[in-house]
Amino acid sequence: MQTAVIVFPASNCDRDAAMALEKVTGRAPHMVWHRDSELPSDVDFVVIPGGFSYGDYLRSGAMAARSPIVKDLVKRAGQGLPVAGFCNGFQILTETGLLPGALMRNKGLKFVCRPQELKITNGNSRYTSAYGTTQNVVFPVAHHDGNYYADDSTLDSLENEGRIIFKYEGNPNGSARDIAGICNAEGNVFGMMPHPERAIDPQHGGTDGLGLFKSIIESI
Amino acid sequence: MQAVEITPEIVAEHGLTPDEYQIILDRLGRAPNLNELGIFSVMWSEHCSYKSSRRHLGKFLTTGDKVIQGPGENAGVIDIGDGDTIIFKMESHNHPSFIEPYQGAATGVGGIMRDVFTMGARPIALMNALRFGSPDHPKTKSLVDGVVAGIGGYGNCVGVPTVGGETNFHPGYNGNILVNAMCVGHARADKVFYSAAKGVGNPIFYVGSKTGKDGIHGATMASAEFDDQSEEKRPTVQVGDPFKEKLLIEACMELMATDAIIAIQDMGAAGLTSSSVEMADKGGVGIELDLDLVPQREPNMTPYEMMLSESQERMLMVIQPGKEQLAFDVFEKWELDVAKIGVTTDTGRMVLSHKGEIVCDIPVAPLADDAPNYDRPHEPTPKRPQIMTADIAEPSDYNATLLKMVGCPDLASRRWIWEQYDRTVMADTVDNSQSGGDAAIVRIHGTQKAVAITTDVTPRYCYADPYEGGKQCVAETWRNLTCVGADPIAITDCLNFGNPERPDIMGQFVGCIEGMNEACRAFDYPVVSGNVSLYNETNGVAIPPTPAVGGVGLIPDLNYFATLSGAKDGDTLILIGKTDGWLGSSLYLREIENREDGAPPPVDLQVEKQNGDFVRRLIRDRRVNAVHDCSDGGMLIAATEMAMSSRTGLMLTKPEGSCLTNGWYFGEDQARYLLAVDANSVNPILSTAKSMGVPAIEIGTFGGSQLKADNHIDLDLSKIRATYEAWLPTYMES
Repeated sequence: MQTAVIVFPASNCDRDAAMALEKVTGRAPHMVWHRDSELPSDVDFVVIPGGFSYGDYLRSGAMAARSPIVKDLVKRAGQGLPVAGFCNGFQILTETGLLPGALMRNKGLKFVCRPQELKITNGNSRYTSAYGTTQNVVFPVAHHDGNYYADDSTLDSLENEGRIIFKYEGNPNGSARDIAGICNAEGNVFGMMPHPERAIDPQHGGTDGLGLFKSIIESI
Repeated sequence: MQAVEITPEIVAEHGLTPDEYQIILDRLGRAPNLNELGIFSVMWSEHCSYKSSRRHLGKFLTTGDKVIQGPGENAGVIDIGDGDTIIFKMESHNHPSFIEPYQGAATGVGGIMRDVFTMGARPIALMNALRFGSPDHPKTKSLVDGVVAGIGGYGNCVGVPTVGGETNFHPGYNGNILVNAMCVGHARADKVFYSAAKGVGNPIFYVGSKTGKDGIHGATMASAEFDDQSEEKRPTVQVGDPFKEKLLIEACMELMATDAIIAIQDMGAAGLTSSSVEMADKGGVGIELDLDLVPQREPNMTPYEMMLSESQERMLMVIQPGKEQLAFDVFEKWELDVAKIGVTTDTGRMVLSHKGEIVCDIPVAPLADDAPNYDRPHEPTPKRPQIMTADIAEPSDYNATLLKMVGCPDLASRRWIWEQYDRTVMADTVDNSQSGGDAAIVRIHGTQKAVAITTDVTPRYCYADPYEGGKQCVAETWRNLTCVGADPIAITDCLNFGNPERPDIMGQFVGCIEGMNEACRAFDYPVVSGNVSLYNETNGVAIPPTPAVGGVGLIPDLNYFATLSGAKDGDTLILIGKTDGWLGSSLYLREIENREDGAPPPVDLQVEKQNGDFVRRLIRDRRVNAVHDCSDGGMLIAATEMAMSSRTGLMLTKPEGSCLTNGWYFGEDQARYLLAVDANSVNPILSTAKSMGVPAIEIGTFGGSQLKADNHIDLDLSKIRATYEAWLPTYMES
């Protein structure tokens, strides 16, 4: 099992993501620089980490989505490679078009960092299957632009196709239909604003995030 | 260069006195040109030269077993064992934050982080100590909003957790808020970098952002009083770019992993001037810079502007000859500007060229070493009479009194603030502001060691009695670190005072330093870094003396620490320390009686140490479930905070023979701790305490959902919590 983390200028959860992947797979991920043109050939799962790629200037995730590595990422994701984006990674995935919708400024206009209760709304996805009967988990949120928006027909199809994987219990940012995390139609590309990679350690934020990593790794 | 005649007016505009100008004439043996005058003026500003404070700062304990580097470098360095060091400092950004709160606070955070990673440390935690004016003052709300957004905006983007701090409100800060930011970093002991330039002919590299016209004379502004025209100084406030800072951290870390760097210094106050002078002076070398090579944001910048610009996110380095290409490669990878702009020389002079002309040629030593060092007259603050508890009327309704206290601006929840800070990025935050605890706890990555960090000062004590207040602020940080089970190691300080040219203000300054130093020596708890911010006054009104202290301690093993959140149903509450019911200068007196008089509580440093060492031992022996110190608002507030944070009720019983009730509840006697312990641990703990001469007494039992105290208080914890949480968001949204 070989994983990879893509590093953009001002990614800042790249180390956190690497720690989580190493904890679950027993093997350090490749740290892939954004200017590389290809993902390593042996990669089974890619994480796009949180942070403020390019300072979030222009629009969160907009510039990172045009990085050289993203071309290959989009191609490989189209061939079925599992790709997950957390926080800024989710913003980047919507900017690449791999996931629908957009993340707008939080409804309260403030950055919000808190432990956030989430409801697992699809326990059968490739990212949640290991949670079993668990219905609610707590991951930290820490973002300024996490207000998920998509038009009604997109939201309806996400809802009907079981592609809304997590919803907020107590919406922190104004997201449409309390959406915290979604996947693409094929189920291999997943994005969420909360940080499962900061919930893998009882000394720091609990261990609720481990199930997400176990789920996707077991599905490969 | 067009010659400008240096008139007395120009000298005065540069904040130099005629006497100081005479020293320049004497040292140079000629009149300086405008560039040279500008360079002298910033190097000799209060901010850079510490000319009013230097002789007093020299009194501080600055050495100890664990001190690797004390004051004088970019930040202090302490040894935490196993080849690990902690590098930390606190610094003020008061004046810029008052003029332009978002950018002022943001660049304060950026600047203090640079001080830390300049020395080779990866920043792992940020703290802040904020003082705002009265909530009723028309500017306060927008200042709070801007400062908090600026701190968050910078730290969140760079990806360093903001884990704690303090925020207070007092009319004494109406015209001059305080924004003190602290950064804590971690480095391996063999990878600590210093600023002394070495060798002759070694290349000097400029890296980071381009130089613009922002912040020119920021250091001079920060060394003057404010008046009603201060808003016009907005252009002297710099604009921060946290994205560049993040790239600069990563690039510096990457280059520091090689052996390419001889010396490194960030460009902070007085930018290129102070960084180059300090590097040259410390290394005893000269320096030659070609200003045409400095990366510039706009064309036709003058040497004067380049040397005095305070554009952010810039570094100066002396690179090992032969390693130039390596340095270029690393900084270009991170898309930062990088240029070789000069060399070290053996002349002892600072020589600047621009468009083929020498525009500055002055000796380095007088800039740094011959800076004025004033012995300002100082008058001690008159002692205040002690207020007897019996002279303060008992409240008729203790329920209402407690609710008023927990909902007052200085005690109410700061959730509105800390929710805007990313507290968990880097995934090593063990405890942060969210718990309301005494110190933040941040794990050293990949280990089971952690640093405990706290910031503290009680300005009302320092105002009432600078000496006792100075002792108290150091003691409180020591106590806070003790509360989480840490060994307190060292402090950084940020000494915020008014105009030192006034003997009463200088008396406050000297009194606080002497008190602080006494405490440092009693605890073997040295000062390793810090900053002095004087002239904090507007229209002749000074702020209360505010020597903010940042304390750092080590938790050697995360299997043995405590917070205030661990009390369980059935636990017994034990009070450590003696209670006389001291209400003078207390928060209770201010909030309930609307009085700010009286002597502050005295601090007995021997008792402080004895009680603290006892508590720390209990934590290490895992005999306590939760710990909290008694500070603002006294025992009842501390107990209420413990109950709220532990999510369990509490029944308090006042022991027979104790002091009067209002003093028992709200007195601010020092050296006191509350411990939640298993019921069957009570007797062993009390008897051990007795044998060691530590006052310890059982005062309550946890459980249920109410807070009850004697026949005076009976409130649902949910009601107390609602009051505690309501004030700040209600205020900010009103």
